[in-house]
Amino acid sequence: MMAETKEKKHEIVIIEKNCKGCEICVEFCPTNTLGMHMGKCVVVDLDKCIGCKMCEIRCPDFAIFVDNPYAENFKKNK
Amino acid sequence: MARKDIDYSKYLRLEYIPHIWCPGCGHGSIMKSIIRAVDELNLDKDKTVLVSGIGCSSRIVGYMDFNTLHTTHGRALAFATGIKLARPELNVIVASGDGDATAIGGNHFIHACRRNIDITLIVFNNFIYGMTGGQYSPTTPVGSYASTSPYGNIDPSFNICRLAEAAGATYVARANVYSIAQADNFIKKGIQNKGFSVIEVITHCPTYYGRKNKLKTPADNLRWQKEVSVSIHRAKKMTPEELEGKIITGEFVNKSEEEYTEKYERLIIEKAQGKI
Repeated sequence: MMAETKEKKHEIVIIEKNCKGCEICVEFCPTNTLGMHMGKCVVVDLDKCIGCKMCEIRCPDFAIFVDNPYAENFKKNK
Repeated sequence: MARKDIDYSKYLRLEYIPHIWCPGCGHGSIMKSIIRAVDELNLDKDKTVLVSGIGCSSRIVGYMDFNTLHTTHGRALAFATGIKLARPELNVIVASGDGDATAIGGNHFIHACRRNIDITLIVFNNFIYGMTGGQYSPTTPVGSYASTSPYGNIDPSFNICRLAEAAGATYVARANVYSIAQADNFIKKGIQNKGFSVIEVITHCPTYYGRKNKLKTPADNLRWQKEVSVSIHRAKKMTPEELEGKIITGEFVNKSEEEYTEKYERLIIEKAQGKI
């Protein structure tokens, strides 16, 4: 059972052009999955992600989505 | 329980995203909260009107794909009242800042509460006039610093929820950006309420309020909201001394009274047609 949950990776989509680097997602991630690089949010260790969506619900800029099938819509526009 | 995946893009004008608000501004979180509430209620986008006045919070109408109206400073409720009376079948939501709703539009605010017209007012309370450079507003807490109160603010602040309650609003609630899921719930209930609903959402301005009040980062601001907030149930057991400097969150009023457009229809229109 443990092995099964470990195998299941969560998909984190970061819309770079929307990210303003406020670090809210990094500060409130309970497992330190996220970090900052060049003023933008990046995934440091995807294995740690538990899919709680704390970053997605807190992000004020529509820049990070976890297991959200509609995240790609934000990439389309110019 | 897993959270529902929401297609935020459905309710946005994507060509205007990323929005103009500063990095870490709580207004974006409230915009997402409104989207989640509207999505859960399955409101028809074409039957929903979002009205706003002037200020940082009022930029929201540019980003959301409803029927939107960006009006003059403080007068959002006056325009919204006109919309609701002309087309009572529409869902009218007003987004307003603390200065817009209680200072410049203070009279419109209390009179809309008094009439109990079916409008949902969402007040984005960031304790400051963010757009114009951080002047203190009617909700700035005593002792806080702002551009125009460099030695600390001495004006007692407005309690928006108590004001709305006294003026006669039928749904009054306060949430904050830290516990944003609660705001979703209150906004949803406010839209469902047949009457005037006021939802005050405590948000943060890291650029002007936070920087001057030892809350440097957006995360510090969010943690501060958590520290000062007390739920209404807990507040009932606390003494006034303990509640000093605290912000009470929760539902203050939830009652039903006859709605203004219905009353108008019943009395004025029928009388004009000679039915009564």
